[in-house]
Amino acid sequence: MTVAIIRFGGSNCDRDAERALEHLDIDADIVWHEDGLPEDTTGIVLPGGFSYGDYLRGGAMAARSPIMAEVREAAADGVPVLGICNGAQVGCESDLTEGAFTTNESARFQCEHVYLRVERDDTPWTAAYDEGEVIEVPIAHGEGRYEISDDRLAELEDDDRVLFRYCDENGETSPEANPNGSKHDIAGILGDRDTVAVLMPHPERVTLPDVGSTDGQGVLRGFKSA
Amino acid sequence: MTAYTATVTVRLKHGVLDPEAETTKRALERLGFDLEALRSADRFEVDLEADSADDARERADEMAERLLANPTIHDYDVEVAER
Repeated sequence: MTVAIIRFGGSNCDRDAERALEHLDIDADIVWHEDGLPEDTTGIVLPGGFSYGDYLRGGAMAARSPIMAEVREAAADGVPVLGICNGAQVGCESDLTEGAFTTNESARFQCEHVYLRVERDDTPWTAAYDEGEVIEVPIAHGEGRYEISDDRLAELEDDDRVLFRYCDENGETSPEANPNGSKHDIAGILGDRDTVAVLMPHPERVTLPDVGSTDGQGVLRGFKSA
Repeated sequence: MTAYTATVTVRLKHGVLDPEAETTKRALERLGFDLEALRSADRFEVDLEADSADDARERADEMAERLLANPTIHDYDVEVAER
C-alpha cells in the first residue's frame, strides 16, 4: 500500500507529510503531478503549500491540472484522499468537497496553534479520537475562511459532513476561537464519501514526537483504516 | 473571423465578506478620504478571434465558469467589444 503525496509547483508541505506518514509506518511517495497517479496508489495526500503561487485563488490552478481528474476518479472508487491547507483549497476548487476556502477575515496570513473539536469519530480520519475531543493543531494560511451558501451549508450539516470545528481549549466554539472567520467555525469537512476529507490545519506538523505534540497522528492514521 | 476583446469581471457575491476591500477602505480613510463602502473586483481582458460577438461571449462565459470565477463565492459578467 502506497500513499501518493502529489507535488505541484509550489507545494511545500509534501516532505512533512511524507515524514509524518513514514513515522506511522504508512508507505508514502511524493509524486510529481505531471507524472500522473501511480497504479499502486492506495491513498492520496494533497499537501500544503502555495501551488502555482496562489495565482487567481488558492488551489485554483492545481485543481485544473490533469492529475486531478485521476484523483477524482480514484476518490469515486473509494481511494482515501486527504487535502491539507493548500490541498484543502485544491479539494474544494476541484469539487472533491463543497464550498470554498477564501481570504481570512483578518486579511492577514496567520500562523498559530488552534484547537479543533472532533465532530465525528466514525470516519477513517477521526477513528482515533472521540466525538467532542479537542486537539491542538497549527494553522498557516491566508485563505482559510470557509465560505458556502446558506442552503448548501444547511445540507452539509444535515448530512453530518463537518469533521472539525475551531474551538477553545474546552471545546466551546466562539468568534474568538475562530481564527479566520470560517462559517459555523468549520475547519475541516468530508466529501461525498467519508474517505475524502479536507482541512485547513496541519495534522502532519503535529505527528512527529520531536516537535512536541502528536495530536495530528490520528488524522494521518486514516490511511490505515480507510 | 473578427478580433474581439472579452472583458470578464469577477466579483464576490453580495453578502460574502471581502477583507481586502475592508482593509483598503480603512487605508483610504486614514488618508483622509470620505467614503461609504468599497468593493473590489478582478477584471480579465481576453483577446480572441470569433465568428460573432455572441460566439466570443459564449467562450468567455465558459472561461469564467470553468476557471476565472468560483461559483461558490463569485458572480461575474462578460462584455465583448471588437478590437
